[in-house]
Amino acid sequence: MSNAVRETGAFFPRDREWHPKALTPGYKTSVARSPQKAPISFGNSLSEITGPTFGHGLLGPLDDDLILNFAREGESAIGERIIVHGRLLDERAKPVRGALLEFWQANAGGRYRHKKDAYLAPLDPNFGGCGRTITDEDGYYAFRTIKPGPYPWPNGVNDWRPSHIHFSVFGDGFAQRLITQMYFEGDPHIPLCPIVNTIPDKTAIDLLTARLDMNATIPMDTRAYKFDIVLRGRRQTHFENRPEGM
Amino acid sequence: MQELGYLKESASQTAGPYVHIGCMPSYVGLDGVYPENLGRTMLGEGVKGQQITIEGQVVDGTGTPLKDAMVEIWQADAAGLYNSPSERRGQADPAFSGWGRQATDADSGLFTFETIKPGAVPWTDGRMQAPHISFWIVARGINLGLNTRLYFEDEAEANDADPLLARIEHRNRVKTLIAKKTDAGYRFDIHLQGPDETVFFDL
Repeated sequence: MSNAVRETGAFFPRDREWHPKALTPGYKTSVARSPQKAPISFGNSLSEITGPTFGHGLLGPLDDDLILNFAREGESAIGERIIVHGRLLDERAKPVRGALLEFWQANAGGRYRHKKDAYLAPLDPNFGGCGRTITDEDGYYAFRTIKPGPYPWPNGVNDWRPSHIHFSVFGDGFAQRLITQMYFEGDPHIPLCPIVNTIPDKTAIDLLTARLDMNATIPMDTRAYKFDIVLRGRRQTHFENRPEGM
Repeated sequence: MQELGYLKESASQTAGPYVHIGCMPSYVGLDGVYPENLGRTMLGEGVKGQQITIEGQVVDGTGTPLKDAMVEIWQADAAGLYNSPSERRGQADPAFSGWGRQATDADSGLFTFETIKPGAVPWTDGRMQAPHISFWIVARGINLGLNTRLYFEDEAEANDADPLLARIEHRNRVKTLIAKKTDAGYRFDIHLQGPDETVFFDL
């Protein structure tokens, strides 16, 4: 990793009107889990500007292949084969390099491999549902998986999650830490979903919706969806703390 | 007029009840994908500093501990240096990762970190901050990860001089950031709501 010129400026403030509010009663679990007092704001110190980094040596050969990384020898996960790919950028549109992305999802029938998931869709013996990768020098990432199914969840009487993939993202600083979800273009469940609708701005929802990318498909094999992720930008520090007359 | 051309940060979404599948798969019995859960161990061979155990719960507005949360911590080493490429002041202890990740236990709701007591790190103006650990909490029902800090009960003098603690207007809330000394190490409970609501940060 060449990080000789890594910047160390503070991050742009988070736009809290753009992110979901803590209290979103349509998503019932948020009611008892949302702080009620105003958060205390302060300019980033070293504790926020620094953050953990993960080397490419961490990754196993199938970490970015959910079709195979839980499958028995010679078998593979059931479902629509897709590549998810895109770039991790900051708000200044600079690539975020060497950043760890972790993802998790339900199987093609909408069932998670988790003891708390009691949905009646069957488990796929060849699908675990987790993967990870690290962005390259251009901030680019890609992984292969199957398209997750929508599923019902106990919130309202008849609420269904749209097909989605969860993303956990590290940047260069701990203050950039982000977890979000990716949705799929054209899914009619998106506007109906109480978790999607915790996001106040429709543009912000659109930016979490990946588009079919026919240029990145593998003909006769795997379709592709493009999903770019944006982390907080860094303030440039060229003229900060410069003595007068310099 | 030109466009400024800034992008917008991707909007946060809840980590949901299955965050462990993606971030700590062995914890939910999903073995064989990764050799071990990332962030499980912070201490390497020959780590410098005082080893401590931090234990606590994340409690909701009804007083119920969360049993499906994930907690991450980030801290300096014993000398006050961060193990990060953005750390320009010197080389941190290579035997200390500085970053940890644990679940709140599915039965007890307890999270436990085996770490070391951090050294002091300077504030933006060069004054020293009291030793502290940055916390980040995600869970079902939390739409945007919550940032807070742990300070140490036995660092009263440093806490009194800490520039961030000094910014907290309601002085009776400062105690929500102070971990209590116990026989086992330190206890730090995080309250999402209620009279003891923890001070969270917009950082």
